[in-house]
Amino acid sequence: MRPEAVEAMLPFMTEVFANPSGSHRFARQARKSIDEARDVIADAIGCKPGEIVFTGCGTESDNTAITGVIRRTPGVAVCSATEHHAVLHCVEHANGVVVNVNHIGTVDLEALQAVLSPEVTSVSVMAVNNETGAITDMAAVSKMVRRYAPQAILHTDAVQAACWIDLRTIWPLVDTMALSAHKFGGPKGVGILVVREGKYFEPIVLGGGQERDRRSGTHNVGGIVAAAEALRMTDVERNSEVARISALRDKLFAGLLAIEGAHRTIPAENSVPGVVHVCLQGIESESLLYLLDEADVCASAASACASGAMEPSHVLAAMGLTSDLTMGALRLSLGHTTTEADIDRAIEAITEAVNRIRAVQNRRSL
Amino acid sequence: MSGGVDSSVAAALLLEQGHEVVGVTMRLWGGDSDTGCCSVSDVDDARRVAQQLGIDHLVFNFTEDFHRNVVEPYINDHAIGITPNPCIECNRHLKFDRLHERGIVLGFDAVATGHHARVVQEDGVWKLVRGHDMAKDQSYVVHMMDQHQLSRTLFPVGEMTKTVVREHATRLGMRTANKPDSQDVCFITSAKDADGRSGRVSFIGRRIPLNPAVVVDESGNELGSVESVELVTLGQRRGVAGGGGTKRFVVDIDVPGRKVVVGPESMLMVDHEIVENVIWSNEPHVGPARVQCSAHGEPRSAVLSVDDAGRVVATWTEPQRRISPGQSAVFYDADDRYVLGGGLVTRSVQMSTQ
Repeated sequence: MRPEAVEAMLPFMTEVFANPSGSHRFARQARKSIDEARDVIADAIGCKPGEIVFTGCGTESDNTAITGVIRRTPGVAVCSATEHHAVLHCVEHANGVVVNVNHIGTVDLEALQAVLSPEVTSVSVMAVNNETGAITDMAAVSKMVRRYAPQAILHTDAVQAACWIDLRTIWPLVDTMALSAHKFGGPKGVGILVVREGKYFEPIVLGGGQERDRRSGTHNVGGIVAAAEALRMTDVERNSEVARISALRDKLFAGLLAIEGAHRTIPAENSVPGVVHVCLQGIESESLLYLLDEADVCASAASACASGAMEPSHVLAAMGLTSDLTMGALRLSLGHTTTEADIDRAIEAITEAVNRIRAVQNRRSL
Repeated sequence: MSGGVDSSVAAALLLEQGHEVVGVTMRLWGGDSDTGCCSVSDVDDARRVAQQLGIDHLVFNFTEDFHRNVVEPYINDHAIGITPNPCIECNRHLKFDRLHERGIVLGFDAVATGHHARVVQEDGVWKLVRGHDMAKDQSYVVHMMDQHQLSRTLFPVGEMTKTVVREHATRLGMRTANKPDSQDVCFITSAKDADGRSGRVSFIGRRIPLNPAVVVDESGNELGSVESVELVTLGQRRGVAGGGGTKRFVVDIDVPGRKVVVGPESMLMVDHEIVENVIWSNEPHVGPARVQCSAHGEPRSAVLSVDDAGRVVATWTEPQRRISPGQSAVFYDADDRYVLGGGLVTRSVQMSTQ
């Protein structure tokens, strides 16, 4: 977490502990903190404060935006094949349509057009892919959805976009947008769903009617306040961070692509600077990740299942990459704490680990 | 670490012996399961034990290898009337091949499991010796290791009885101390499906067509029928005996002809078996041996020889019931102490003479 966000959060575990839905003075104090946080967040998104719904996580925001919309306005749900499972599983659950992607793993516009119709009531296209960092052309998607599925509520999972793309450029293009605080230096357990005024959904969490009946449940006051502070700082520093991290990203890629059989998954111009994704031909990710962990380099390959095992990436599969490449998927994230020394260390550790795996493989195949 | 008590204690013993230990659970099966090492709750148990011991715990996803080397052959064998042992194929292809290989890549010296068996080195030769607890001995299911594999394998609980293993786990306060032993094939549930079929019938029936067959006696007289010829096993008695009080056994299965032949025990008796795809622990062995043909079967005396085709012939000292094709025959030394080698009974001796 960003230190400013931690600091903002601490008083809510000690001094200000009241439930903001109460009516006494302490409750009003908590209520004020939430109202102010909402204003700060609205400012960073370019939306109205009333358009913000606080949820428990990014997944809940996505679920609400799809399942909630389909319940309110029955019809066909559509999403792209490389969406986060929080979107994909909702659309599949609603017997919706999953649209193919192009070579960079973002929605194929021709394929999208082909499935859009007046019967479509929910379309979800992620702003930035969580595995590869690929950026979707949301303006083109928006234009197409408005034209061919005028009834549809257009949702975007912007969880991975917040650090790198000005949210004010995405929000005007869509009707609902999901964010998650821990992706921009806030705490885990705070999600944001932005819902355009005049667009409606059935709440999926029922109860005391908090968040104007859109999401019940006692507010996570400290978490919301910290999320606001984190998003504010992210917004202030975004331009300089994008420049700084882009340079580090380029250096990391240069180092990794010097490894034999390393393939860059997404071209630089199509991806956010915070994600470096390569496929290392013939290298098993599980082995690589173990060796990197031993060398104090923490990386991932794809998402993990309930048992903790790595699952083959549905994103890379949808992009049509061969298993020879996808088995060697490696995803590295860069953020506000990343330094140039980290990059040097990662390049060295990854090169060494790959060499070691290949040496054993060559010896065994003799 | 399967999440069971044996591998939990195995990890603890290795630590006590001063080894550097990392716990690994193999994720093998993605579908429904309620036993064995595949369910999320078992992985939870393994992880909690590892955390308690203060060691790292990893989950390796070997589901594709498992499907290709264990599940698919299991289904395909049933389709042609063969009854395979998936646990042996899992040990052969996953634990002592895929996991060994992974261990080498990651720089580990050995793979240890919670099997009740022992690996000892005598006169420069690695030997797979039966476990100390004869009632729990699992040397049969891990018989397929050669010298290289044996040299990189540890069975820390092989010197213990199951009772002592559980006592050790209790002493350490392990959550797995009183967990029941796994019994069945790990990827098949014990629950009946919506149609009331058993887990096994349901699992196979969803993947291959199951066909009814007539049951006839040795003279061809029709005695009844079975629902699925693919699920009948040579030597089986239950469900095929017919009336009349005579003990009848399945003596032949004709899957394409949809026919099951039953007969008296005498028709099951043979004086030898042919064993193929044999893996020897060390050198090929001819001469007297003990031969075990199921996980907890009684070892029988035989003399091993090699036929012209290079197959191993086990000639029984006394006639024995035929072994169902697909089962493993494991050879032990004449004193029944350690494994010499083992392979698959790929076809029934009597069927080949018909």
